[in-house]
Amino acid sequence: MARYVARRLATLVGIVFVISVGSFYLIHLLPGDPATVILGTGASPAARAALYRQLGLNRPLVTQYLVWIGHVLHGNLGVSFISETPVLATIRTALPIDLELILISQVLAFAGAIPLAMRAARRPNGILDRTLSAGSFTLLSIPPFIIIVLLVLLVSIKWGLANTGPSSYVSLGSDWIVNLESLALPSITLAVGSFVIYFRVLRADLITTLQEEFITMARSKGLRQRRIMWRHAFRPSSVALLGTAGVNIGGLLAGGFVVEYLLSIPGLGYTLIAAISSSDYLLVQGIVLVVSVGVVLINFLFDFLTSIVDPRISRE
Amino acid sequence: MSDPAVDLEVPVDLATERAPLGPLFWICVAWLGLNILGAIFANVLPLINPLAQDYNFINTGPSLHHWLGTDDLGRDILSRIVYGSRVSLLVGSGSMVIGFGVGMPLGMLAAYRRGRFDAVVTAVMYVLLAFPAIIAVIAVLSFWTPRTLLKIIIVIGAASIPLVYRVIRSAALSIATREFVTVAQVQGARDSRIIWRELLPNVAPIAVSFLLIGVATVVTLEGALAFLGLSVNPPTPSWGNMINESRTILSQNPWLAIFPSIALGLFLLSLNYIGDRLRAHFEVAEVKL
Amino acid sequence: MSDQPLLSVRNLNTTFATPAGPLRAVDDVSFDLDANETLGIVGESGSGKTVLARTLMGLQPRQNVAVTGSVRLAGHEVVGASTSQLRELWSSEVAMVFQDPMTSLNPVMRVGRQIDEVLRVRHGMDRAAARTRAIELLDLVGIPSAAQRYRAYPFELSGGMRQRVVIAIALAGQPRLLIADEPTTGLDVTIQAQILDLLDSLRAQMGMSVIMITHDLGVVATRTSRLLVMYAGRMAETGPTGDVFRQHRMPYTRALLESSPKLSNAPHTRLAAIPGQPPNLARVGPGCHFAPRCGYATDQCRNDAPPLEPADRPGHLFACWHPLAPLSETTGAPS
Repeated sequence: MARYVARRLATLVGIVFVISVGSFYLIHLLPGDPATVILGTGASPAARAALYRQLGLNRPLVTQYLVWIGHVLHGNLGVSFISETPVLATIRTALPIDLELILISQVLAFAGAIPLAMRAARRPNGILDRTLSAGSFTLLSIPPFIIIVLLVLLVSIKWGLANTGPSSYVSLGSDWIVNLESLALPSITLAVGSFVIYFRVLRADLITTLQEEFITMARSKGLRQRRIMWRHAFRPSSVALLGTAGVNIGGLLAGGFVVEYLLSIPGLGYTLIAAISSSDYLLVQGIVLVVSVGVVLINFLFDFLTSIVDPRISRE
Repeated sequence: MSDPAVDLEVPVDLATERAPLGPLFWICVAWLGLNILGAIFANVLPLINPLAQDYNFINTGPSLHHWLGTDDLGRDILSRIVYGSRVSLLVGSGSMVIGFGVGMPLGMLAAYRRGRFDAVVTAVMYVLLAFPAIIAVIAVLSFWTPRTLLKIIIVIGAASIPLVYRVIRSAALSIATREFVTVAQVQGARDSRIIWRELLPNVAPIAVSFLLIGVATVVTLEGALAFLGLSVNPPTPSWGNMINESRTILSQNPWLAIFPSIALGLFLLSLNYIGDRLRAHFEVAEVKL
Repeated sequence: MSDQPLLSVRNLNTTFATPAGPLRAVDDVSFDLDANETLGIVGESGSGKTVLARTLMGLQPRQNVAVTGSVRLAGHEVVGASTSQLRELWSSEVAMVFQDPMTSLNPVMRVGRQIDEVLRVRHGMDRAAARTRAIELLDLVGIPSAAQRYRAYPFELSGGMRQRVVIAIALAGQPRLLIADEPTTGLDVTIQAQILDLLDSLRAQMGMSVIMITHDLGVVATRTSRLLVMYAGRMAETGPTGDVFRQHRMPYTRALLESSPKLSNAPHTRLAAIPGQPPNLARVGPGCHFAPRCGYATDQCRNDAPPLEPADRPGHLFACWHPLAPLSETTGAPS
């Protein structure tokens, strides 16, 4: 187990290194002088000179990277020329919103997917299974931006529920009830997408597991159906589910920007889009770095959970 | 030795029967074909100019003049949907041409050769896979100005290469290790011949179903990029930017959101369903994009 | 109750509904089994042994399967019983040792828990008592340092050890009947003998009846008191083990005997393989199922199924229109 974790950690460090190089190099992808890119065209010669000194822009790329990564490791992602706030501070206010959104949506998705997959898998091709499979397949083909637009149309406009439409976001600190209301539509949208994936993966694996010999063996012990489903079938079937969840949650962190943007919820995605449209490249770079590392960390965490659920994984 | 399962099994020739494609499959194929034809022949079809503004019909619902209604500038929604499918289809197929054009030969070669070539390429691809593709696409597209359709296709296509590689390699690997490939090798067939005649036909069904699901994913991604203003620039219609533009006047004219959503939803559903049925038909384990 | 056999099977049929039509995997099987008796059920793969074993327990799949006839186990009818009635029988009256210890243990549950579970859920033991008893059982089936193995996962054990765990689970409820379905299939030859000896000694210790299902006559020769030879779902021959070995009347039994190695054979004796293959049960003709592979087959064999008829010795039955002459071991001509 320890060796397995150590090996995975080594891979993790390697990947994070590659990500940092990629994020660093983004600035150089832009045409023109990096100082202009970071400071804008109207910057004074003094400010440009200061930035050159700070980032070592005259020196070779490798040195520049080392200087930059040194700053990053000390929590210095630079100061946005446009908002004149440190990039890290902006990220710190935005990130918790994403985490709350992801947490709510995942609780909803799992709470729906697990019991329904258990029921559907007990009678494959039964009425419930067919209905749920067809429904989930249809939902799988509807992009989140359509779901959110239709939800806004229905809930905020047709039903006229306040606090649910665009630009109604209220922070958790100021009023948690209104906060939950304002996060209802994006949470549901993200939950629907996750639910569909989890349901399909778990159902397929449960059906396979339920045909295994050890399930017949568990029946022959005289155990009840409920116990067989939860104690014997669920755990071995949840390995792929956990892997999928890791990828999916990473995807929500990286791809949640659409719902955030549509409803003006100031999470990382929204901030990223705003930074792109205002050419705030240092902020873009910071968010790309943080989100990428976050995605990798989430995947790592879920890989680790997988190896706990199925101890064979860590011991080959 | 007796096989554990034999006693309970139905005769072999029954068990290996392929899943039928079913009528819904062909309906989806027909719908997809209709979409493609519409996109190709949009100029020839008796459609109103998608950019023409009809001031007599601003923000109207479906009518005889404008079957699916008009938007806030009096432009015909039906026409814009048909023209908008061009962007989706171009981005979807173009980027998959790049993704499969690079990822598929690499994956098949790696699976066939194995050894050091496989080890190196696979390692590189897995590192690339760890980088969240969508963030990479957004970052590169926002930095790489000015944006054109070609650049969008290139960026998405490049981002899909590692995914294509992974799927094709694992599919080819399961075939390259089978006996008939060894037999061909022993008989002295050239490598290129084995890859073309033995490997490719067996990988093809998996590749096709993954290709369709890949196109669906890219079309969704293009829609999302359009929302962020990272896709084609207005007034060129695309399904994504049509839905995006509808948001501001959603309460006055919901049709503006609903029709392109239905068009996009049915298009994606057809692609996914065709891909899923083909996969089941050829008995391929489910792969994730 | 005492004069009744522990297990009484009458005209048992198990029929699968398949796309090619009904498939009768168990066809009109009847036999009795007394307490403390060991019965061997022998046949090639595809002969319906495993389906028979599962039908005896009521463990056959519920969908697309029809069971008729009667299985009375310790006074309870198994055929048509509800799952909750069967649950009362499972583990405490009848338990099964499954074929393949690689697949019959839950891969992600510690072996101790898999034994515990039966004791706690079915026999109402508390956690500590169940643990103590589980370790005792592991010890009983010959697993060294049982207290440590209690915490092991199946993949950490060898095939033989896993099969011992499967046996321990089966014994946990102290069943009166143990059905062992090819219990040594996936194991090395030396381990096979150990497992069979273990089952033998456990049977004696615990006073169980055992049904030993196998394709290997060598396994049942010395370990069973009675034999039931099955072919294509039907009973081909049954009787006391010695009689079936020495005075078999059914050509299939002889073919089976000649195809298995014997210590009494001279070195390099060529084993006679049975020509042809077991039939596809969805497409069998009306007559004797063995007829297509049988050297003595006539039109009668192909058109009418032979009934079970008594042989000379009590309890010895065979189904053949042209039985081999009695008291013959190597020669035999149709009568």
